[in-house]
Amino acid sequence: MPTIRVQEAPFDVAAEMAALTAGRTDIGALASFTGICRVDDGLAAMVLEHYPAMTERALARIADQAMARWPLTGCTVIHRVGRLTPGEPIVLVLTASAHRQAALEACAFLMDWLKTKAPFWKREEPREGPPRWVEARDSDEDAAARWTSPAG
Amino acid sequence: MKILYFAWLRERLGRAEEEVALPPGVATVGALMAHLATLSPAHAEALAPGRGVRCAVNLDFAGPDHPVAEGDEVAFFPPVTGG
Repeated sequence: MPTIRVQEAPFDVAAEMAALTAGRTDIGALASFTGICRVDDGLAAMVLEHYPAMTERALARIADQAMARWPLTGCTVIHRVGRLTPGEPIVLVLTASAHRQAALEACAFLMDWLKTKAPFWKREEPREGPPRWVEARDSDEDAAARWTSPAG
Repeated sequence: MKILYFAWLRERLGRAEEEVALPPGVATVGALMAHLATLSPAHAEALAPGRGVRCAVNLDFAGPDHPVAEGDEVAFFPPVTGG
């Protein structure tokens, strides 16, 4: 069963890794991705809005896809919402498997799909001037589309 | 029918949700968007074709041909930008 959480609070990467591997000896690979709020063009903060009723359902669906496509022993997706300042972690994806290829590929897949198929919206607050909504990028759609060919 | 708005649509329309009666003959997401666009100049501007507005019906993403019916929860929002 994937672990899916949407929360305002920060997450503890080491604790999440330990939870995913606790008591198991069949895991040979644990891949992780942490997305971090980056300073671009004088950014003061980032506000993440989401569609609460839909978000966990969409993330669970994406995680189920990863579990079906790769021989994972488990995966974790944690996405933060609310106001985040530069340097703070935004998103965590962990994938565990017997071997590294499945773990690494599933981790990349989860991030690519999460960016295009989960209802989050980022608003940037610059140090000066009005806030602005981040626009979706074609490159993210292209990254997601590469997984729609027969499962890798 | 409950209509929800997120991100810049919520801001432009000045509301996160509204209750809308489904007119006879409006049976798809596309037709519903066209109907909502008649409600006010702000709706017309926010929901204009070409703005790239996306939709979810009952918590699943839905394209313009997806059916809608009284009692559905329908949300409109810009392309997602999480991660």
